[in-house]
Amino acid sequence: MRFVDEFRDAEKAIALSAQITALCEPGRHYKFMEVCGGHTHTIYKHGLEDYLPDTVQLVHGPGCPVCVIPMGRVDDAIAIAEEPGVIMTSFGDMMRVPGGRGSFFDSNAAGADIRMVYSPLDALKVAQANPSKLVVFMAIGFETTAPSTAMTMLRAEALGLTNFSIFCNHVTIIPAIKAILDSPDLRLDGFIGPGHVSTVIGCRPYEFIAREHNKPLVCAGFEPLDILQSVYMLMLQLKEGRSEVENQYSRVVPWDGNLKALKVINQTMTLRPYFEWRGLGFISHSALAVNDRYAAFDAERIFNVPGVRVADPKACQCGEVLKGVLKPWECKVFGTACTPETPIGTCMVSSEGACAAYYNFGRFTRERVKEATRTVDIELTAARP
Amino acid sequence: MCLGIPGEIIEILTDRPDLAKVDVCGVKRAINIGLLEDEELNAGDWVLIHVGFAMSKIDEREAKAALEFLEGIGQAYAEELAALSESNIT
Repeated sequence: MRFVDEFRDAEKAIALSAQITALCEPGRHYKFMEVCGGHTHTIYKHGLEDYLPDTVQLVHGPGCPVCVIPMGRVDDAIAIAEEPGVIMTSFGDMMRVPGGRGSFFDSNAAGADIRMVYSPLDALKVAQANPSKLVVFMAIGFETTAPSTAMTMLRAEALGLTNFSIFCNHVTIIPAIKAILDSPDLRLDGFIGPGHVSTVIGCRPYEFIAREHNKPLVCAGFEPLDILQSVYMLMLQLKEGRSEVENQYSRVVPWDGNLKALKVINQTMTLRPYFEWRGLGFISHSALAVNDRYAAFDAERIFNVPGVRVADPKACQCGEVLKGVLKPWECKVFGTACTPETPIGTCMVSSEGACAAYYNFGRFTRERVKEATRTVDIELTAARP
Repeated sequence: MCLGIPGEIIEILTDRPDLAKVDVCGVKRAINIGLLEDEELNAGDWVLIHVGFAMSKIDEREAKAALEFLEGIGQAYAEELAALSESNIT
C-alpha cells in the first residue's frame, strides 16, 4: 500500500491510469520517449510504469546533460585544470564523471584545483577572490543552463574580469531529438517533452516533430500526475489521429519560451558545426561554443585543449541506454561493475541518469510491481460502478 | 543541476536590481533575476530557480505543490538545496 500512498493523490493517478487503459487499441503497442532525465527520475521514483498498461512503454531519452558528455571532453577539462595557476570549477554532478584518464575527483586528489560550485556566478566569485589565478567554469547542460552561462559571461565583461573563462559544453535538445527520430533502432509513437528546457526555448521548436514526423509531443511537468496526464494526452492524440505539440506544463512553460534567455545565448554563443555526444556520436549543429565577440572568455582559445576522442569502455552501454534502445538493467555491468559509487558510464553518475535513477529506485519498484499492480487492480475494480 | 527548485522572493535588492533574495525551504540566498527582466517581480512572487538564476515566474499554489513533490524526491533535492546553501552570489 505504501506504493500507492507515495502519490499525493492516488485516486487521480488511478483515474488517469484507467483512462489511459481505455484509450489503448487492442493489439497495439505504444512507445513514448521521455526526453528529459528529470522525468526519468520521477518515473522510477514513483514506479509510474506500473500505472501504465503493459502495452504502453516509456523509453528514456538523452536529456541528461552529464550523461551525454563524451569522455574526451572530460579529459580536455582535466588537461585545462592541470595547467599551472588554473582553478577549474563545475557543477557537483560533473565531479564523478569518468573520462579516459579518470574523473575530476581523481584529478583533484592528484593535485589539480577543481571546485564544485552551485552556479556559474559562484565560479565568477572564485575568479574575483583569486586574481592571480585563472578560473575556468566547465559549463554543461541543455538550454536550461546555457542562459545562466551567457549571463555570467556578460557579468564578467561588465566587471572587466580577465582571469575568468568558460569551457563551453552546452548542447541543444532539438538536434538530439532529430538524431533519435532518424535512428533506425527505435520506433516511437510520441514524446514527453522536456519541461525545463522548454521554459527557455518554448514549444514552437518541437513543431517539426508533429508536422514532419507525425508524432505528438506533450511538454510535461515533473510531478507523477503531470507525467501520467501527459501520457494520457499523447494517447488521446493518437486515438483521434492528431499529431500536435501540446503544453501540459503551461503553469511554468510559456509557449514562446524565455526571449531574454534566448537573446543572451545568441549574444554570447554560436552553434558548433558538430559535437560528439556520448552514445549518439557526432551530431551537427548540436552544441554551443563561445562566440568570437566573447573570445576573451573562451577557455578553448585560451588553453591548449587536446581534443582527443576517447572511446567509451567496451563494457559500457550508456549509448544504447541514452538512445532508449536498452533499459538500464539490460546493460551487462549495471549494478555490478557499474554503480553510483564507482560508475563506469555517465548514466550511473547523475541523479538524472536513467541508470542511477533505476539503481536508486527502480529495483525496489520492480520488487513491488506485483503488489502494486494488484493494488491498482483492486482499486480499479472497486472504483467501477 | 537541471532540477529546477521553486523559491519565494523575499526582496529585490535595491542596489542590484538584477538580484533578489529568495527563500527556498528556509535557505535564504541571493539569485539572479536578470532573465526575467520583462516580467514584473515583487516580494511574495515565486520563481523557478536553476543554478542561481530565476528562469520563470510560477503560480504560488503550483510552486508549493512542486516543492512538496521535490522534498519527496529526497536525495536529489537535498543535494540541490545543499548546493544552493553553499552559493554566495553577489
